[in-house]
Amino acid sequence: MPPGIPLAPPQASTFAPGVDHLFLFLLGVTGSVAILVFLLIFVFAVKYRRRSPDEIPPKVHESIFLEVGWIGIPFLLMMVMFGWGASIYYQEFHPPAGSLEIFVVGKQWMWKLQHPEGKREINELHVPVGRPVKLTMTSEDVIHDFFVPAFRIKKDVLPGRYSSLWFEATKTGRYHFFCSQYCGTNHSEMKGWVDVMSPADYQQWLGGGAGGESMEQAGARLFQKFACTNCHHPDNSGRAPTLVGVYGKPVKLSDGSTVVADDAYIRESILRPAAKVVAGYQPIMPTFQGQLNEEGILQLIAYIKSLKIPETPERMKTAP
Amino acid sequence: MSTVSVEDPERSESPVHYLNIHYGVKSWLLTTDHKRIALLYLASITFFFLIGGTAAVLIRMNLLTPTGLLVEPATYNKLFSIHGIVMVFFFLIPSIPAVLGNFLVPLMIGARDLAFPKLNLLSWYVYIVGGMFTLYAVIAGGVDTGWTFYAPYSSTYSNSHVMATALGVFITGFSSILTGLNFIVTIHKMRAPGMTWFRLPLFIWAMYATSVIFILGTPVLGISIVLIALERAFHLGFFNPALGGDPLLFQHLFWFYSHPAVYIMILPAMGVESELITCFSRKRIFGYSFVAMSSLAIALLGFLVWAHHMFVAGVSMYAGMVFSILSYLVGVPSSVKVFNWTATLYKGSISYSAPMLYGMGFIGLFSMGGVTGMFLASLGMDVHVHDTYFVIAHFHYIMVGGAVMAYLGGIHYWWPKISGRLYPEGWARFSALVIFLGFNLTFFPQYILGYLGMPRRYPVYPPEFQVLNVMSTAGASILGIGYLIPLIYLIWSMRYGPVASSNPWGATGLEWKTASPPPTENFEETPVVTEEAYAYPSREVKVA
Repeated sequence: MPPGIPLAPPQASTFAPGVDHLFLFLLGVTGSVAILVFLLIFVFAVKYRRRSPDEIPPKVHESIFLEVGWIGIPFLLMMVMFGWGASIYYQEFHPPAGSLEIFVVGKQWMWKLQHPEGKREINELHVPVGRPVKLTMTSEDVIHDFFVPAFRIKKDVLPGRYSSLWFEATKTGRYHFFCSQYCGTNHSEMKGWVDVMSPADYQQWLGGGAGGESMEQAGARLFQKFACTNCHHPDNSGRAPTLVGVYGKPVKLSDGSTVVADDAYIRESILRPAAKVVAGYQPIMPTFQGQLNEEGILQLIAYIKSLKIPETPERMKTAP
Repeated sequence: MSTVSVEDPERSESPVHYLNIHYGVKSWLLTTDHKRIALLYLASITFFFLIGGTAAVLIRMNLLTPTGLLVEPATYNKLFSIHGIVMVFFFLIPSIPAVLGNFLVPLMIGARDLAFPKLNLLSWYVYIVGGMFTLYAVIAGGVDTGWTFYAPYSSTYSNSHVMATALGVFITGFSSILTGLNFIVTIHKMRAPGMTWFRLPLFIWAMYATSVIFILGTPVLGISIVLIALERAFHLGFFNPALGGDPLLFQHLFWFYSHPAVYIMILPAMGVESELITCFSRKRIFGYSFVAMSSLAIALLGFLVWAHHMFVAGVSMYAGMVFSILSYLVGVPSSVKVFNWTATLYKGSISYSAPMLYGMGFIGLFSMGGVTGMFLASLGMDVHVHDTYFVIAHFHYIMVGGAVMAYLGGIHYWWPKISGRLYPEGWARFSALVIFLGFNLTFFPQYILGYLGMPRRYPVYPPEFQVLNVMSTAGASILGIGYLIPLIYLIWSMRYGPVASSNPWGATGLEWKTASPPPTENFEETPVVTEEAYAYPSREVKVA
């Protein structure tokens, strides 16, 4: 860091310039109003200072126009602040289709990250520049929070559910990420670096080192290991519904309602199978709570996601 | 508690008043006089302020170096937890209502006491019992959940004294409920003849609004803390997903009380401010009804904004948007007050007495806290600065810059009435200045730290944040000295200060129409009110 005090973190995502513009707007508007008030107080305090102990000030008439003015004008300014902030928030909730999906598991007090190709890392996140990245995050214990100041984004990471966060890095370099939701003794050690790389470097990084098994392959291995195939047959002939082609599709439940088979539903069905049973089936599936960790569940989801209708039988055979 | 019983026995020529009518510990511990109970609270909250303040000093010293100067992270976590819990529940929430409110509500409306004097004493005992549980937790080894008690950390993972602390906070809540109940009934039923609602001093309106929050909000805090205790003790799954609970449920319950609690801290401060500004500019308040109604608006809207603490916690996008817009709405009545106070100064006769210096400091610091709230209510902005030092700076500007500044201003303003003595004016002005400067040096750098991305509750931080942290710690040292100065000269003045007249400031208001200190029954005869609040004399002139 150069000497002197920096006033803003680096701008390294597509969100950063927008948030900084909003900041300058807020600073300009609220600063002007505050300075106006402070100036008035200062001027009044000097000009109308008490000159003799028995001074009697003149009568001042109240003004309904002033009251309405200083209710109405701040209100209108605030609605601009609301709208501007809400539009950024809206974008943050809508990752572009085709984002690179990376999985994040927080636990006291480390971050475990896994790329779909199988590469894993701890307290480091390597991402390519110029490509939208979506983080799917969960926690193994308490609430954490994934915060990248240079990207101007953060989101709580909760146990028992998936939260997501997306960004598109605009500059290569190394940037801090922090856990910003208090999580116990070593909360402040639960931090790391985002390494934004050129796409070529990222490909090279993905290829190197350990982790030859992709998340999908790891999921397939777990699917065998926990004998899921005994009931979930690919051709729907088992005691349980087939999982082929189910991801992202609506599923009819035994109580007549319908849910979309997304990450959260699959996760729930593995851990609490009786909660939402598919119509026409008995609630006979045992829970896998305690046998699978969060990473394992994410791998199973990646595998189930990959089970597309035409090519699935092939894949199941080749799975190790 | 012992400090207040040091009453000068030599002043035998002085008339009988509430301080010298009885002597001895028992006359204090069994009193039902609202003025004496106010002093019991004054001594108790000062004690807790010193505990919370000591924790703050240790926190700031530890942050002098990026690796933590003094203590291990586990100890640091206990320090900021104790700082937050003690300052919020045992100092700020009772500060103005239980001390100044207790002392002044009957005096200002022309009543002899609160509606339920025994209940009032009970509320102090309840507060003390709650405080004892919390002190036990501190002495036994501390608690490390933060004042927010987020689940499932607090309910399952923390290995500290969560139960004793939670019990302490739970019990103390009943003290707030009893005080709120007492104030509401008193203000409704015991106003002197002629004291109509729109002749009430604005401090009373503020106390009324605060009492509404006490009664509506505090039970919810109690419930959420009981649920934490049940989950911790019996593994009932309310909040921990591993037991089938939902951690966001706790946050909703907690903030449903704890956001209005912010208004419990600031509304009374606003009430004090209206008294200071009018007295020391000798003016009728500008826009009385707007200032009075804005207190009620804040109390009611304050219940509808809680989820702005949860914009990044996992609430839906639409929930975020609704709570953002509601949060801006609550900003409107707050700014209305600031504009009306400023307008009150216009063409006034402005004195720079110590309480007024505190009062002007309050407007400056509260405004800074208020405008940075505009940043936090804006969703896209909040996502970046949430849970960083920006938030820490923001709420300290409101709760310390605002509430504590007004509390001290009020203590100085009513000190002649409370103690019958005057404090040394020069020292009092000096301390107001020291506190104002020390406060800004402590907390302004934290806005920048937050924007740079330094998360809160970090004993260890990246080295590039050190310069700003050192500035903040330097400011905290000045601020700490600023707080000690009034403590010394106010205690000194109780024995050695010049005797105060019944109305040293030339203020309006019934509390100034009785002796200083007032007799136990407050007024020789029931006062009759014939004019509005703040009926300061004025010259009739043509408006330019």
